[in-house]
Amino acid sequence: MNELSSVALSRKQMAWRAAQDIEDGFYVNLGIGMPTLCSGYVPDGRHVTYQSENGILGVGPSPAVDQEDFDLINASKAPVTLLPGASFVVQADSFAMIRGGHIDLAILGAFQIAPNGDLANWSTGDDGVPAVGGAMDLVAGAKAVRCLTTHVTKSGAPKLVASCAYPLTGLGVVSRIYTDLAVVDVSDGKFILRELVEGLSTDEISAMTDAPLLIAPDLKPLIAPAL
Amino acid sequence: MTKPVMTASHAVADIPDGASIMIGGFGGAGAPVELVHALLDQGARHLTVINNNAGTGQVGLAALIRDRRVDKIICSYPRTSDSRVFTEAYMSGKVELELVPQGTLIERIRAGGAGIPGFFTPTSVGTPLAKGKQTQTIDGRDCVLETWLKADYALVKADRADPFGNLTYRLSARNFGPNMCMAAACTIVQVRTVVDAGAINPEHVVTPGVYVDRICEIPDPKQEEELVRAQVVYP
Repeated sequence: MNELSSVALSRKQMAWRAAQDIEDGFYVNLGIGMPTLCSGYVPDGRHVTYQSENGILGVGPSPAVDQEDFDLINASKAPVTLLPGASFVVQADSFAMIRGGHIDLAILGAFQIAPNGDLANWSTGDDGVPAVGGAMDLVAGAKAVRCLTTHVTKSGAPKLVASCAYPLTGLGVVSRIYTDLAVVDVSDGKFILRELVEGLSTDEISAMTDAPLLIAPDLKPLIAPAL
Repeated sequence: MTKPVMTASHAVADIPDGASIMIGGFGGAGAPVELVHALLDQGARHLTVINNNAGTGQVGLAALIRDRRVDKIICSYPRTSDSRVFTEAYMSGKVELELVPQGTLIERIRAGGAGIPGFFTPTSVGTPLAKGKQTQTIDGRDCVLETWLKADYALVKADRADPFGNLTYRLSARNFGPNMCMAAACTIVQVRTVVDAGAINPEHVVTPGVYVDRICEIPDPKQEEELVRAQVVYP
């Protein structure tokens, strides 16, 4: 994997790439972990409103340590701040916002994604205590669901697979995947390679993808700034 | 109608063995630490607890579970940075878990408070959490039937109450409280301060007093996350 690590994007660069597609005016829910980094890389001039499913619309950046207030936390239970125009909602209304189709985009982590858009991201089936949180509601209700994940697991197993073996979070929900190596669209039951890091061939990325990977005719290089 | 203001121990005194109890909070925000500790001191056993999580550290809900007072937990996310107490109890079969997606959990609670016995939702369709549930296709969308959730008691942390039980909340500690207040036969609320009638602007009331049965004034409430970070063990 040494060769790969020289071409692969860092976590921040992956978040940067996903953030470039967050449109001006969007209401966005960012999943626990790497997706929360995206809010730092949205291009200047775009106004994006972040929702946290524990009941905040208008989440701002992390506070300084001496300003932390554990009554003001995000869905990852980390202290946050509020931006001008923020609001608090009761829990049922927070999920009405999600299931009711009022959130434009959810960016979530993934264990496995299939070409039909199926997503598994809450359980590997055998890890003791199961925990789901709001993942199933988010994929059922957000207008678009995109995933931010490494292309393969730490042990090298593909995360883009013909069919998810892990318990599903939702059926046919994912439309785009940002990995450390590629941008892949999920459309009409197919994976379509849109962008690929320089230094990796289409044969090599296909070998790391456990399902057919169509190559877009206008395949572009996946380039992120040093972060 | 004014609502009785009482001590935490008086407020929870009649909770019997086998009761179902909604406990407010998302993580430490909104966790009614003093009421849960009063319940721990009181001794009721074989409880069913409805909470988003399953306790952290050695205080509050985690302490209830540690002392084998809880038979069943209905929640969405029983894993936290320090949920060893629940993990141990669950893995050794000492506590039953009903795992519910967070949005379905709160809608079941809302339905319980709103008198809606069941509802169809697309959440969880095709997943293991839909197993055994009735399904129906509505406007082309597959849905599962979920039923309301009610409880004998709710323990909720708010910020201010007036004598009529009208409540305001603090920041994101609002979360599950207002919906749980509606869904329990007896709602017990701990507040930082009880203010005079009329001191809460009607436009700012989040929970109207009709949903509140008992009020406890806890002027300097503990924040659960801060107790966990200080590694406090209760009692």
